[in-house]
Amino acid sequence: MLKVEGVSGGYGGALVLRDLSFQALPGEVTCIMGRNGVGKTTLLRAIMGQVRVTKGAIALDRRDLSSLPAHQVPLQGVGYVPQGRRLFGPLTVAENLEIGLMTRAKGQATLDRVLQLFPRLQERMDQTASTLSGGEQQMLAIARALCLEPKVLLLDEPTEGLQPSMIAAIREVVVGLKASGVAIVLVEQRVEAVLGMADRVAFMDHGHVAETVPRDGLTAVSSQFKHYVGV
Amino acid sequence: MKSVALHLGVLVLLVVAQFLLPSYHANNLSRILVLAVFAMGYNIAFGYSGLLSLGHALLFAAGMYGAGMLVHHAGTAALLALLIGTLAGGIMATLVGLLALRTAGVSFMIVTLMFAQVGFLTILYFNGVTGGDEGIALTAPERQFIGLDLTQDAPRFWVALVLFVIALAANLALVRSRFGRVMLAMRENEERSRMLGFNPYVVKLQILVISGLFSGAAGAAYALLFGYIGGSFASVQYSILPMLYVLLGGAATVLGPLLGAGLMFYLIDFASGLTSAYLMVVGAALVALVLFAPKGILGTIRERWLPWLP
Repeated sequence: MLKVEGVSGGYGGALVLRDLSFQALPGEVTCIMGRNGVGKTTLLRAIMGQVRVTKGAIALDRRDLSSLPAHQVPLQGVGYVPQGRRLFGPLTVAENLEIGLMTRAKGQATLDRVLQLFPRLQERMDQTASTLSGGEQQMLAIARALCLEPKVLLLDEPTEGLQPSMIAAIREVVVGLKASGVAIVLVEQRVEAVLGMADRVAFMDHGHVAETVPRDGLTAVSSQFKHYVGV
Repeated sequence: MKSVALHLGVLVLLVVAQFLLPSYHANNLSRILVLAVFAMGYNIAFGYSGLLSLGHALLFAAGMYGAGMLVHHAGTAALLALLIGTLAGGIMATLVGLLALRTAGVSFMIVTLMFAQVGFLTILYFNGVTGGDEGIALTAPERQFIGLDLTQDAPRFWVALVLFVIALAANLALVRSRFGRVMLAMRENEERSRMLGFNPYVVKLQILVISGLFSGAAGAAYALLFGYIGGSFASVQYSILPMLYVLLGGAATVLGPLLGAGLMFYLIDFASGLTSAYLMVVGAALVALVLFAPKGILGTIRERWLPWLP
């Protein structure tokens, strides 16, 4: 379980996260929603050790993450797919995945499992990442993070700018991962995507989680979407 | 397969050229091969990994003085001196890297330049041992390399060629290895590499040490093959030259350093025969290169016609 407790932090002197708490449970999708600038991406970056945490604790299965150097966080089992994918463009699909496999010494069995989730990538193993379509790039970014066999997967707006068929494919992958016991933290702005994937939704406002609502308690016209997201 | 054939073809051409070229150009070819090894070292740091250093002259000089002073002052065998010179390049790269890699981008450039300047001034300061600005000319007995007399053109070429072949094979093996992929990943997106569990500081230090070994080997070979060690090889000019070789030939291409070193060598040779302001000609050529082929000659060829080119 990923537990974020009373975390404050930000960039330089600017405090973005203020006494923020939430948790992500294995086999569940926790969606983070909120208006632009409330600190959703900053929260993910803080979990990954990329943003300085001045107060509070971030722990994965009771192991403190906030005191680790950033490159150690993925090694504890946290996968991160940032906004904009950030692939290694000149490298092929196979090479991108190989790099994902290296640091936690994962091998062919892991790669086979990952490729089962993304058969489309299997057909494009020798293609350079920069020549893939947007949806395929997103798939590759997720696949590469899964090569770490993470216990927690952080996804920052994975469906942004994708066509409906790709969004459906990614939703299918997320649901499949959930069933395999991975805890998923999903930053998402699109209500229908949230309702299709989430088990719980944490609404952020002014740098902290203002309200957490189970999926069953939400519909497309719930007042929280209007209040916290403005849709 | 195409790649192997290309590299073997280039080696055959080099061997044939040695027999066909007049003595002056054959001797230049030996020099170009050694400078190409230096450029390969620079290419590993800059081309493949994005480490823009202005201090590689220090690594070249470490190899040059490591080998040259051993044969001159201690009478060490040339082969052993070559190996120690190579190691000296790696050790110097480690020392520089431990501090310089705490910075990035322009700061890294400036810190490496400062280290090289410190090395250059240290060589001048201890002129009693190093020969300072005038340098030290190695004598013929000091340049006997496993039975080969390096004062002669032919043995000099063969030793330079063997060094080049070893460096080329090592370079190819490196870029095709898993670590080669990590180097590219580091160049493309350091932050993303970190988020996949790589420690950029450690990876970049490893890259710099490998680069230092190539540069040290080139420096040591230069001393033994051409019989001279001097402070000018630690000057900023020798930090800029490998960068120019790599940019001209094609960054992150295996044969780019050889092509760049050869073309730049002859461009300087030709321009300096025309005018004392030959660096202006070199500068104009580089401006043209940046405008019309910013990826260098082989980089452009790879992009447009031969995507398999390593």
